[in-house]
Amino acid sequence: MLKKLFPYTKGYRLLILGGILCSILESVFELLLPKAMSNIVDVGMANGDRNYILAMGLRMVLLALAALAGGIGAALFAARAGMGFGAQLRQAEYEQVQRFSFANIEHFSTASLITRLTNDVASMQVTLMMCMRIFVRAPVMLITALVMALTISLDLSQVFLVSIPLLGLGVILVITKVGPYFTALQKATDDVNLVVQEDLNAIRVVKSFVREDREREKFARRSEHLRDTAMRAFGFVVIFMPLVTLIMGGTIVAINWIGGHYVFNGLMLSGDLIAFFTYATEILTSLMMVSMVMMMLTRSIACAKRIVEVLDEKPEITDAAADNALTVENGSIRFDHVYFKYHPTAEAWNLDDVSLEIPSGATVGILGGTGSAKTTLVSLIPRLYEATEGTVSVGGYDVKDYTMEALRNGCAMVLQKNTLFSGTIAENLRWGRDDATDEELRQACAVACADEFIDKMPEGYNTRIERGGSNVSGGQKQRLCIARAILRRPKILILDDSTSAVDTATDARIRAGLRTTLPGATKLIIAQRITSVMDADLIIVMDDGRISAMGTHGELMERSQIYREVYQSQQEGVSIDG
Amino acid sequence: MAENNSSRPAERRGPRGHGYQRPQNLWGTVKRLLKYLTRFRLLLVFVLFCLLVSTLGSIATSYMLKPLINNYILPGDFAGLAKMLALMGAIFGLSALCSLVYARTMVRISQETVVVLRQDLFDKLQTLPIRYFDTHQSGDLMSRFTNDIDTVSELINNSLANILTSILTFFGTLIMMFVLNWRLTLITLFFLLLMGFVVKFVGGRSRTNFQAQQAALGSLNGYIEEMIEGQKVIKVFHHEDKAVEHFDHLNAAYRSAATRAQSYAGSMMPAMANLSRINYAATCCIGGLLALRGIFDVGTMGAYLLYVRQVSQPVAQISQQFNVLMAAMAGAERIFAVMDAQPETDDGSTVLVRVEKNGDVLTETDRRTGHWAWKRPDGTLVELRGDVRFRDVDFGYTDEKTVLHNVSLYAKPGQKIAFVGSTGAGKTTITNLINRFYDIQDGVITYDGIDVKEIRKESLRRSLGVVLQETNLFTGTIADNIRYGKLDATDEEVRAAAKLANADTFIRHLPQGYDTVITDNGGSLSQGERQLLAIARAAVSDPPVLILDEATSSIDTRTEKLIEEGMDSLMEGRTVFVIAHRLSTVRNARAILVLEQGRIIERGDHRQLIEQRGRYYQLYTGQAQLG
Repeated sequence: MLKKLFPYTKGYRLLILGGILCSILESVFELLLPKAMSNIVDVGMANGDRNYILAMGLRMVLLALAALAGGIGAALFAARAGMGFGAQLRQAEYEQVQRFSFANIEHFSTASLITRLTNDVASMQVTLMMCMRIFVRAPVMLITALVMALTISLDLSQVFLVSIPLLGLGVILVITKVGPYFTALQKATDDVNLVVQEDLNAIRVVKSFVREDREREKFARRSEHLRDTAMRAFGFVVIFMPLVTLIMGGTIVAINWIGGHYVFNGLMLSGDLIAFFTYATEILTSLMMVSMVMMMLTRSIACAKRIVEVLDEKPEITDAAADNALTVENGSIRFDHVYFKYHPTAEAWNLDDVSLEIPSGATVGILGGTGSAKTTLVSLIPRLYEATEGTVSVGGYDVKDYTMEALRNGCAMVLQKNTLFSGTIAENLRWGRDDATDEELRQACAVACADEFIDKMPEGYNTRIERGGSNVSGGQKQRLCIARAILRRPKILILDDSTSAVDTATDARIRAGLRTTLPGATKLIIAQRITSVMDADLIIVMDDGRISAMGTHGELMERSQIYREVYQSQQEGVSIDG
Repeated sequence: MAENNSSRPAERRGPRGHGYQRPQNLWGTVKRLLKYLTRFRLLLVFVLFCLLVSTLGSIATSYMLKPLINNYILPGDFAGLAKMLALMGAIFGLSALCSLVYARTMVRISQETVVVLRQDLFDKLQTLPIRYFDTHQSGDLMSRFTNDIDTVSELINNSLANILTSILTFFGTLIMMFVLNWRLTLITLFFLLLMGFVVKFVGGRSRTNFQAQQAALGSLNGYIEEMIEGQKVIKVFHHEDKAVEHFDHLNAAYRSAATRAQSYAGSMMPAMANLSRINYAATCCIGGLLALRGIFDVGTMGAYLLYVRQVSQPVAQISQQFNVLMAAMAGAERIFAVMDAQPETDDGSTVLVRVEKNGDVLTETDRRTGHWAWKRPDGTLVELRGDVRFRDVDFGYTDEKTVLHNVSLYAKPGQKIAFVGSTGAGKTTITNLINRFYDIQDGVITYDGIDVKEIRKESLRRSLGVVLQETNLFTGTIADNIRYGKLDATDEEVRAAAKLANADTFIRHLPQGYDTVITDNGGSLSQGERQLLAIARAAVSDPPVLILDEATSSIDTRTEKLIEEGMDSLMEGRTVFVIAHRLSTVRNARAILVLEQGRIIERGDHRQLIEQRGRYYQLYTGQAQLG
């Protein structure tokens, strides 16, 4: 795991090393102080040697200053290295996500990818910072303090034979027990949050049915459960500190008793006894620090695992077999016995033996019920997914022969669930083509019937779109997305139910516009409304992953029962808006 | 309206903590929060006592080193030493016990307080008007329950006791140091002053830099979220390189801001700790010199040095805990802001009651008779029939912009009234006025002859069944979700409602049938199936008046057929307001109202409207033209 993340420390390894060194120096210098103190007491004070005390005191101040420098150095190095490492890791992960295909993205889900890129990376950079400081410091302190204690008195150090295992036992007990408590706590918290989330989303339903009281009760139950779980979890955690106080106290009493005898019998000097107390406390605190670091590490290992999963994910679709020089020359499309399924383990095919041929420049309508694989079918054309079996060809070549850039330049798709990005309308449109002139933007918007509302906006094409396009209506968003795709001047244009929120008349105008502006481009239109596809050169009727029928409106009315049914059901009425 | 707050798994949280925040009205918030703690007054006194004992205990044990060395070890009085050590052990034990007791008590107090706070907040949310939810994002309200409540809980759980012990330890230790040796204490005071300066200087720097870091993190994470959410569009447009370019820029900006902030924040602890060590060194040196002049000794030195190590810890602690305190107060303030929001007002005094019907005579009853009546404040009963009228209604969501102009309409019991018009014409708005999600500015709406403002909202809404365009289901079984319409519905009633809504077939095909648990707003069901469940939910409540907002844009025609059939059987014998997206549902309506920009521009039944050759005719024949 850590080996996988190690490469991202590149460029910061010297800093890390320097930080660790500083940390070690701070700890060692710090622990030389008590011994120096005991020298002042046992030599300087005992002999009444003023100069010795002054010299030793000066030495102590210098040691403390050196420790100060080490401590601050470690902090500065840790900050720089931790943040640098985090930035590199985040970048690598982000670039990896950019290489992902649709299937890869779905494998993780959007929300999870965001967490892995934000919270998980943040947790890793904090971990590195803490590691450089505490994780190095704690064992160094433990060892140094132990060595110092042993040199002062081997016999007295036997006290640790009891107290260290005792403390260790306490630590292990707490760490092993605390996990389940906190898992339960997390679950109880999630339960409470779920009720709030659902209540907020469904507030109109709640109010309509006058179910406020029921929601209150539901919430109260979960909330009280959370309280009880939290009390158990935190109630357990707080045992730890008093336990440590107790062990520490016991150790000090024991040292006093045994050490007292040694001092009286002249086996030990009183200054050494005082220094020994200090070392004893340091040993026990550093042990606690080690255990705290362990707890933190287990948490960040979970984060590291999640990041490594992203880094290790194999981008499903690559340019490996592509010919760099190839571009899409015409818009002909061919499916040759294509089979496809989203999950390799699934039993049924999502696309089951699909073969079809579409000449360049044709307008093709695709109809079919929900789940009949209309979207799946068209997604294979710009290679958003890879056909499991069979080949998909565009412009006479297998889609795998094109680089993704070339293929997607030649083939624009307006997704069903489309997104705009924060920025001006013009900036969003230029996603279609970077160097489009203002005039070209206007033309594309005219075709997509987007000009009518853009012109009404106070700032026109410079109107800012909020994140996700939340400040434009569904129909406006769809029209902007269509304009964006038109700007690409594609050889193939795919509209996946892209006018569902646009009224019928506008829908018809958009289709007419496409015919005249992109006469040579192959146009694939997925629609619910039969009027949207009725005048197409070819209509494909999908049913359960197969092509049920193909032909013109007239032919299908004769041949296809599904088509007739859909036609008749819509003939009874016409949709007038979304 | 709620398009962009789609529910996300709990896994995702915003950047944790909001940096250093300051509450607006500190004392008001503190006082209000204290009210929640008053019922634990006695317990808190007890906690204070335990806390005092445990802190004094730990100060005392350090002091005991002086007599231990000077009076017992050096002279060799081992009987005395044993006694003294027994006392010391007892104090350690007592101290540990007390700190355990107060910590556990604080855990209890904190959880008991927070559970009340949380419930108050949730209860309050239930009383707020729809308008409030229009203007406040659900993510924002969510964070009151997550982040804000958490910080308050953390404060009571930990920080309060921490701050108190720190203050006690600081002053207690300082006093004992004076007692041991006032000259050396002056040196310590000098170092404490230095530390205070470090806290102020480094802490201040770290605060401003931290704000810059949070701002950079905000834009970086915002960008990541936006790009990942739009990842599929990036792919389709092959925009990956551009997306990386801008990311690199933000990532670098965050790195340098964070490095600066963390450098300051990280330097604080080592600076404090090592200043304390210099103090330790100076104490040893000067203590040694004082000993030569006979005003200091070994035992005092031992005890004093323990205090030197003890006294600096609270300084760092207090400044750290102070930030927690402020964050908690800011969080509490945000919680109280929700609690102070104006609740939905309800001055209605007419309520819905069950009645028994003998001829024309109505008598109130508790039995389930299937008959309902409005009981006016004077005790008279008016039978619930479902007669709804609008007279000259004006309405706007804000005062500046009127959305509905002068709308008048009536629906007699059992009639079906349809609204037709383009998006934004005001169809949904009209239905939102009937159940008083919003109150009208001008005009009157009556229900069975009673002004709806005189009807208690709860009663009014109980008499109306609603199927909203956006379907919201709850985590639970299918049966639970249907039963939401009528909590005491029997299994048969649930099944009958599902059958009526055409949902029974698909439900029985689910692995556990009616007991299938759905999560994530019915994520595993199709849009159409969710809609059918919503219809069943309205059906089981069996209301005399129905409001249906048909949503069919993303449903295929065959599923839609099912939904239509479900809706049709549900509509039978009821007063129905239907927002039609397809004219086929409308044709058999008693009256069709065509809306445009908040005005009714045409009304009549299908035949009349066709004959009028107006807007409706255009809409209707749009089909004929195209097909």
